[in-house]
Amino acid sequence: MTAQQPSGDRQPAIVVDSVTKRFRVPRERYHTIKERVLHGFRRTRWEVLEGLHDVSFSVAPGEFFGVVGRNGSGKSTLLKCVAGIYRTDDGEIGVNGRLSTFIELGVGFNPDLAAEDNVVLNAILLGLDPKEARKRVDSVIDFAGLEEFRDLKLKNYSSGMYVRLAFAVMIQVDADILLIDEVLAVGDAAFQHKCYTEFERLRDEGRTILFVTHDMQAVNRFCHRALLLERGEVIAIGDPKEVTGKYMAVNFREERGADATELMGELADRAAYVTDAWLETEHGERREYAAAGDPVVCKVLVNFNWPLEDPALTLVIESDSGAVAFATSSAWNGCRTGRFEAGEQVLFTVSFESFLSPGRYYLSPQVALLEGETAGVVDRRDRAAGFVVTGAGEHGPAAGAAHEFSIERVGVRELSA
Amino acid sequence: MTAGAAVERQPLGAAGRRRFFQILVALSVTEFKTRYFGSVLGYVWSLMRPLMVFGVLYVVFTHVVRFGGNIEHYPLKLLLAIVLWSFFAEATGAALTSLVQREGLLRKVPFPPAVVPLSVGLTAAFNLGLNLCVVLVFVLITGIAPQAAWLELIPLVVCLLALTAAVSMLLAVLYVPFRDMAPIWEVVTQMLFWGTPIIYVIVTVPASVREILMMNPLAVIIEQARHAIVDSSAPSAADSIGGAPLLLIPFGIVVALLAASVALYRRAEGTLAERL
Repeated sequence: MTAQQPSGDRQPAIVVDSVTKRFRVPRERYHTIKERVLHGFRRTRWEVLEGLHDVSFSVAPGEFFGVVGRNGSGKSTLLKCVAGIYRTDDGEIGVNGRLSTFIELGVGFNPDLAAEDNVVLNAILLGLDPKEARKRVDSVIDFAGLEEFRDLKLKNYSSGMYVRLAFAVMIQVDADILLIDEVLAVGDAAFQHKCYTEFERLRDEGRTILFVTHDMQAVNRFCHRALLLERGEVIAIGDPKEVTGKYMAVNFREERGADATELMGELADRAAYVTDAWLETEHGERREYAAAGDPVVCKVLVNFNWPLEDPALTLVIESDSGAVAFATSSAWNGCRTGRFEAGEQVLFTVSFESFLSPGRYYLSPQVALLEGETAGVVDRRDRAAGFVVTGAGEHGPAAGAAHEFSIERVGVRELSA
Repeated sequence: MTAGAAVERQPLGAAGRRRFFQILVALSVTEFKTRYFGSVLGYVWSLMRPLMVFGVLYVVFTHVVRFGGNIEHYPLKLLLAIVLWSFFAEATGAALTSLVQREGLLRKVPFPPAVVPLSVGLTAAFNLGLNLCVVLVFVLITGIAPQAAWLELIPLVVCLLALTAAVSMLLAVLYVPFRDMAPIWEVVTQMLFWGTPIIYVIVTVPASVREILMMNPLAVIIEQARHAIVDSSAPSAADSIGGAPLLLIPFGIVVALLAASVALYRRAEGTLAERL
């Protein structure tokens, strides 16, 4: 996020201009002539699903651009349209530069062939010249660390080795524009780390990358900008922090069955809203687990749309069964939080030595006004983030354990309104 | 960054065409390797198969049915026809399901779908080339001297390749919405086998039926190949069909099939990936 922003004055690498993609899905599908005859050749009824609706954005050369959204929101469809695998029904897509698509690692890998043959085939499919592909076999196998298994058939590879090989091919392909779908969702921790390093290298080399993912951390870490899709429509585009915050909001709202676009409007109407909540180690690394007895740092990010006087910031930690394991609020100590301006972004932190017994827990933050005419809950995000406490043995929950509470003003964002 | 390089998604640009052939070759080489490198005798099997079919048919039709006995060079004619026919039958049979089988690839990598059935055909064409060499060896052993007419084999094989490519492409794309193409094509293949002069020669067919059978491009190719390579005393394809101008009909069929398949792929290309 802090890497130098790509210059915007050059011709964009990818332009997507009001693209709409519809899928015609037959209600009943006849695969044989007999079925057709039995159904009397009546017209198949089609249902039209709109995969993408009027999507527009452009990606500058050298930009790392994230696309996020829930399952079925149209992310992969968008990627396939840009790649040219799907044809769009409306709108234009322009690509400027050599493009390579990674929808899956190891496309075309054949289990009956040795690593070497597969590397060549895969690289050709990904757009490398056959000559170039053969030249790079060594460096691919070297990167994957699989020299000893060079002649082994792929079916005898472990899944980890398979993924390593596939990833090694991917980063050898020298396209200007990379379309990457969810490929980081594989491999062990060490391999993921290697992937991240390579991603940073690709970004620093100035490749243009369109990156589809569910991993909000990766978006915040790599992307210059991001886009949030919901039911095929763009509902947010811009700063990755902002977009991932909205993604979280959309996700939690959906569990309550409300419409996402409605929610985005609603959030803008709110005085303040929780955009993110997570757990950290004491060294500031985001985690989804903590060992019993370890120090725990809970963080909640709140955006203010209107100025608010002395809002109460509350954090409840719920156990899986819904029991309150821990709760704290800025209001409990009679503490005045002060005035927050419109557009201000606030991070509140609660840290304590973990007294929680092993199991699953959820963070449920809340912003409320206790005084004045508008008193009431401003925003409440039940189960905004989950985490697991690992370890053996019983540590009885002890409400009111020693803890620290702090509020930090982290910045002011621009309000669109 | 290739400055100013226009969108490279136009499938028929020069770069697109090169990529078409690169993928075509890569896929067929892979298929060739997987098919033959796994078995003990490897490539020998692909030579053995038509030879074994030939052996069986030869024994049946010369010793059991006593049919080929009075046809000159019957074994060679039979062998040549079987090699040409099995190329056609194997390639089209394998191409039929190829698009559906390669679904994963088509949905994940942007490339022209026509590559898939064509790569199957190309793999079979490697075999055809080697099998034809074996046939020529047998021809030489029999004592037939090499002659200029053998060169006719080249345009004949080109015609066979064109026919096979067209039929393969059509079958593969039709199989996507109509899965019953599989049993249908199985029956059609059987009919073609008996309707084409493979185990018999065209002169043994009554004259009235002969010209109809010769409308089949496969019959023309096989009969002309026999005339050119094995037995120049046998009537040429032009003689059998009743005059050279009539050869335009089977030739036209090949051209029409090719045109149809190209047109169909042009139309289906954009939407094929989502219909698989």
